[in-house]
Amino acid sequence: MKRTALALISAAAMLAFAAPAAEAQTPKRGGTFTFAISAETPNYDCHGSDTYATLHFSAPFYSTLLKFNLDKYPEVTGDLAESWTVAPGLLTYTFKLHRNVAFHDGSPLTSADVKATYDRLRDPPAGVVSTRKATFADIDRIETPDPYTVVFKMKAVNAAMLEHFASPWNCIYSAKRLAEDANFPKTNVMGTGPFIFTEHVKGSHVAGKRNDKYFRQGLPYLDGFKGVFMLQAAAMLNAFQGGQVLAEFRSVSPAERDRLVQAMGDKVRIEESSWTLNLLVVFNVEKKPFDDVRVRRALNLAIDRWGGSQGLSRTSTLRSVGGVIRPGSPYATPEAELVKLPGFGKDINAARAEARRLLREAGVPNLSFTLHNRNLAQPYTPGGIYLVDQWRQIGVTAEHKQFETSPYLAAMSSGNFEVAIDFSNLFMDEPSLGLAKYVSFDKAPQNLSHAIDRELDSLFDKQVRELDMKKRIDLIKAFEKRLFDQAYQVPLLWWHRIVPTNKVVMGWKMSPSHNLGQDLAEVWLNQ
Amino acid sequence: MLRYAIHRLLLMIPTLIGVAIVVFFMLRVVPGDVVEVKLRGDGGNVSEETLKLERQRLGLDKPLIAQFGDWMIGLATLDLGKSMWTDRPVIEEIGIRLELSLQVAVMATIIAVLIAIPMGTLAALLRDSWIDYVVRLVTIGGLAVPSFWLGMLLMLSLLTLFNWLPPITFTPLYVDPVANLTQLIWPALAVGYRYSAVVARMVRSSLLEVLNEDYIRTARAKGVFENIVVSRHALRNALLPAITVIGLEFAFLIGGLVVTEQVFNLNGIGKLFVQSVSRNDFTLIQGMVMMIALFYMLVNLTVDMLYAAFDPRIRYR
Repeated sequence: MKRTALALISAAAMLAFAAPAAEAQTPKRGGTFTFAISAETPNYDCHGSDTYATLHFSAPFYSTLLKFNLDKYPEVTGDLAESWTVAPGLLTYTFKLHRNVAFHDGSPLTSADVKATYDRLRDPPAGVVSTRKATFADIDRIETPDPYTVVFKMKAVNAAMLEHFASPWNCIYSAKRLAEDANFPKTNVMGTGPFIFTEHVKGSHVAGKRNDKYFRQGLPYLDGFKGVFMLQAAAMLNAFQGGQVLAEFRSVSPAERDRLVQAMGDKVRIEESSWTLNLLVVFNVEKKPFDDVRVRRALNLAIDRWGGSQGLSRTSTLRSVGGVIRPGSPYATPEAELVKLPGFGKDINAARAEARRLLREAGVPNLSFTLHNRNLAQPYTPGGIYLVDQWRQIGVTAEHKQFETSPYLAAMSSGNFEVAIDFSNLFMDEPSLGLAKYVSFDKAPQNLSHAIDRELDSLFDKQVRELDMKKRIDLIKAFEKRLFDQAYQVPLLWWHRIVPTNKVVMGWKMSPSHNLGQDLAEVWLNQ
Repeated sequence: MLRYAIHRLLLMIPTLIGVAIVVFFMLRVVPGDVVEVKLRGDGGNVSEETLKLERQRLGLDKPLIAQFGDWMIGLATLDLGKSMWTDRPVIEEIGIRLELSLQVAVMATIIAVLIAIPMGTLAALLRDSWIDYVVRLVTIGGLAVPSFWLGMLLMLSLLTLFNWLPPITFTPLYVDPVANLTQLIWPALAVGYRYSAVVARMVRSSLLEVLNEDYIRTARAKGVFENIVVSRHALRNALLPAITVIGLEFAFLIGGLVVTEQVFNLNGIGKLFVQSVSRNDFTLIQGMVMMIALFYMLVNLTVDMLYAAFDPRIRYR
């Protein structure tokens, strides 16, 4: 039985690698693509959201200025922008727009729409939520010299600006609609994307039909799509197995993957990638004894990440050992250097001996505390259980308490915890995004350790303005070293993304983020 | 009778006000914040200023008593407000799901009544026979097996045996009856089985009790046909406690099928309830509690009215 399962998994993996060859076939037009979405968006506004539930719902209806080229990730490519230039010094970005773009209400897209969109993102009017206000704070002004040219003038250099223009969250809205009602996108869907919104049955599904006037000739291939909200994994797996849904784009767990492969054989395609998400251990430095760096260091040293990676990856979505940047991405610290950082060495016995010494020195050899965690099975529960066991091995007792999302977040924000499991969710491998969570609490409220460390702040600011990649990598390494020495918050493991698609689904591209590549423009059904 | 019904309907008003007060203040004790969950639940780096503005927009920054005043004024004008999560009217959010939940409840009730009354009657009439033992076995099974688990077994059986599953999205009965019934018959069966077990056991025990009453003996002594004794005299009286159980179960089904709805991916009230609680969506929770309380009261009133219809000795004034 086990051998059969393994054989099927191997076959599916091979088929997954073979997918690019299959996708070289001529795409077929037509069909309605049904996929599962494991959460439902609270509203339709991309600018005020940070959940994939909004993107998996809205992305097919909208376009962005640039987007990530998933064939050459993390390279960016044009979406509404036909071409662009960046002035030397990175203080002026000029975009030339496609001329044949129309909104779904028939009105043409012009530079005024792009300006109105980015003005809303960087300086939202009263009553509008933009969760990207800080991201675009470096923009000084936006000019529209003609209807098809947009010029962004910057206040300061930002090495990641081009990637930020490719963010999937920056859906381009109609200036006219925004002028009538700044919150129009919250309750209405009207973009320039490959699909036109047809219905959203609350609690059930979203549907779209082909935009015949889409500016990319010949696209989309599908007649339409239906995203069905399936909050329960068992229901989704049944529907997937029964062919009622053809994909789940966020991720499934290893056990769910194995079930699908065993049940469906060569009818399922499994694609896997390391994920731009990680679990963190956060020490609240305002609570004793976690204000003592020796205690934090000891608890960090006790964690066997390499052993954990092997064990946890079999049962959970946790897998890769890495620093503050996703392992394998351009700015990540290579393994040879990572193992030299505190808590990442491979000699766990030596690390634990040092941990015990540090706890004795700090006067808390038999430390006990509560580990505050979220009550989601994947991967919070296995992550929490693993940590409790790791700390037990140095004589530390951690009581593992898991909470519903709402009280979990409430306690985290109010600082009402001792040690907690937190997470970092990024949509791309850009250090400015990844490092932001670790700068001082007074600059970054998302730093839940409440630590103030000006050395980290300074290193962060330097890397944002650094244009030389090698020098930037050195700054990131220095940042990482300082962070792990102080151990305010440390990564446990990075997540692993496993996406199942029915073999009839073609043209969809895997990436390290579940927020990218969801416009479905190039997806087609081979049936 | 009519006066009694009107009196009971009027009594619902102070009861609903009591429910409104209790649910409003109890919810405010629960830790958590809908704004945090909405904007930071997926790891969003949202500034404190943005959170503050959103709380202001939702009126969460107002003193508690002012929020309570707004809620009560809304209730008086039949305006349950807007969901703090979706910004859509609470009535609309509930309305979309109520149709499905109500239909599942009605279908499960029909299944339960159709199965339970003959089964309970047979078991009582043929007490300690093999039929009674089978009925007792089946009903104990119904009580022991959770509906959601039976639902999972049903789904897996359909998938494994027929490579077929019911539709995953809801089609109203008036749009496409076949699609509608194809989807909802399975959850109705899963829920109806447990429901029928509860009712059948109640019918059996009540009927056994009634069959030992003097008036049944008298009827038999007078030579009344056995089927008339059972149907007109015994069953009619034995059904009174069963009607109470049917009423309570029916009201429970409106909002209580949380896990079963998830197993069948049904867009019902139970799922909405759990979601709104986990999101701290106060206005939506308040609206649903009020709706479910109203349902319970209406069902209780209906049950009381049915008592009078079944038992001529009972008259309401």
